[in-house]
Amino acid sequence: MKQSLFTIKENTPLTDSVMKMVLQGDTSAITGPGQFVNIQLDGLYLRRPISVCDCVGDTLTLLYKIVGKGTGQMAAMAAGTMLDVLTGLGNGYDISAAGERPLLIGGGVGVPPLYMLARLLREQGKAVSVILGFNTASEVFYEEAFRALGCEVQVATVDGSRGAKGFVTDAMAGLDYTYFYTCGPEPMLKAVYRQAATAGEFSFEERMGCGFGACMGCSCKTVTGYKRICKDGPVLKKEEILWDN
Amino acid sequence: MGQLSVDLCGIRLDNPVIPASGTFGYGYEYAELYDINELGTFSFKGTTREPRFGNPTPRIAECTAGMINAVGLQNPGVDKVIAEELPRLAGCFHKPVMANVSGFSVEDYAYTCEKLDKEAQVGWLEVNVSCPNVHGGGMSFGTSPEAAAEVTRAVKAVTTKPVIIKLSPNVTDIVAIAKACEEAGADGISLINTMLGMRIDLRTRRPVIANKMGGFSGPAIFPVAVRMVYQVASAVSIPVIGMGGVSTAEDVVEMMLAGATAVEVGAANLVDPYASRNIVRDLPAVMARHGIERLEDIIGGARKDG
Repeated sequence: MKQSLFTIKENTPLTDSVMKMVLQGDTSAITGPGQFVNIQLDGLYLRRPISVCDCVGDTLTLLYKIVGKGTGQMAAMAAGTMLDVLTGLGNGYDISAAGERPLLIGGGVGVPPLYMLARLLREQGKAVSVILGFNTASEVFYEEAFRALGCEVQVATVDGSRGAKGFVTDAMAGLDYTYFYTCGPEPMLKAVYRQAATAGEFSFEERMGCGFGACMGCSCKTVTGYKRICKDGPVLKKEEILWDN
Repeated sequence: MGQLSVDLCGIRLDNPVIPASGTFGYGYEYAELYDINELGTFSFKGTTREPRFGNPTPRIAECTAGMINAVGLQNPGVDKVIAEELPRLAGCFHKPVMANVSGFSVEDYAYTCEKLDKEAQVGWLEVNVSCPNVHGGGMSFGTSPEAAAEVTRAVKAVTTKPVIIKLSPNVTDIVAIAKACEEAGADGISLINTMLGMRIDLRTRRPVIANKMGGFSGPAIFPVAVRMVYQVASAVSIPVIGMGGVSTAEDVVEMMLAGATAVEVGAANLVDPYASRNIVRDLPAVMARHGIERLEDIIGGARKDG
């Protein structure tokens, strides 16, 4: 964990409600894909946790959905603005478990943390399949970005306006994969859990106080005991998960 | 440079700054960031007789200048705290630490305190009779002078170290409760725990927090805390630890002027993990600006005129 100031280099919309923010600063605390950062914003007491979409050198990319005051404030920020950011939070995905043909399943604003994971897996020469689920065509983002990494990409939309009509689990059927990684809304995670044919990892979301394991605000029960989503997660292995607690 | 050191129930603190229970874990998350030995001491996560998961999530809600939490005393239980957490704590903190204890019966408090009293690194026992987030315990012992006194007597009977009773602000007359604890043998009083609060989500029309209500903390409650510390410190002759929304070195000085011997820092740690250390580092300049040579000299200074 590290606290430092980052400079906004870019802050542009990807869709009506999803923004891409590129930051420059000390990223040395970020150790792998699936971690998050916690951003201090003027006039808001608690920091805002945002997943890391990618991190290369001193450049940090965040994709975030405008849902409330904090992300609304972020969306209005101009390039050059400085942000106080806690980096290197959370455990992240275990890239060594992937096998040769990993499957990445993202739903909506759960897609971003899978990007860095996909890039690192591709750099290791893995055959990476990606399923991106959205409600409708206008919400789709990063489809081409994953293709550009050399991933096999399928898009599923609930209304069928882009890609296959249906849920990510429909797209999973018949795929041959060695391991899976997923992030998305909890109903989607539950459906993936039921459908998945292999072991895998899930990234969870929870309201947090501190984001670094001190306040116990985001605890959940797992097969292996109580875990803090912020510190022991946000990624949990499939065999650890207990739903509805 | 002025002198920051204070005496808390017979134990010297290098400075009066103490991260509050529930905002500092057992210290090691913060020790990743800085040397926590810069702090006066810290009060570790509230410990109970049995392990507790606590309340369902969401447990956190944001407020203007503060937050609400309803964690519900999640902790691994006193035996595991002693076996696992305290050795790890000892690896990064080398001063006496404050053991925070909660319970659901008088016997619970005595049992847990007696065990922690035997731990060499424990300097003080901070007995929480004020947790707003657990049913049938915690705060119910801190809302009547008789019950608070009963817990105090039971803990004092089985311990050797200074016993500090942590009080709830969610009462009609906090002074009466503080005095009852003093008469029952308490060595100190700490206040205020969080204020009972609530937020409602306009979209779902339901409380934000799963437990519906929770403890409100942060800078918004600071004036209430200063007032209560002033009232209690004026009424008892044992040391008072002031807390509630403390976020800056100026807040520490203000709390001490109200009558606090030492000052706990809570929610501020969660939004700025360096908050407590920065307060320690800022204190000398703030003291110099206000002509304070020794921090100990200003304790209760605001009460001098009457």
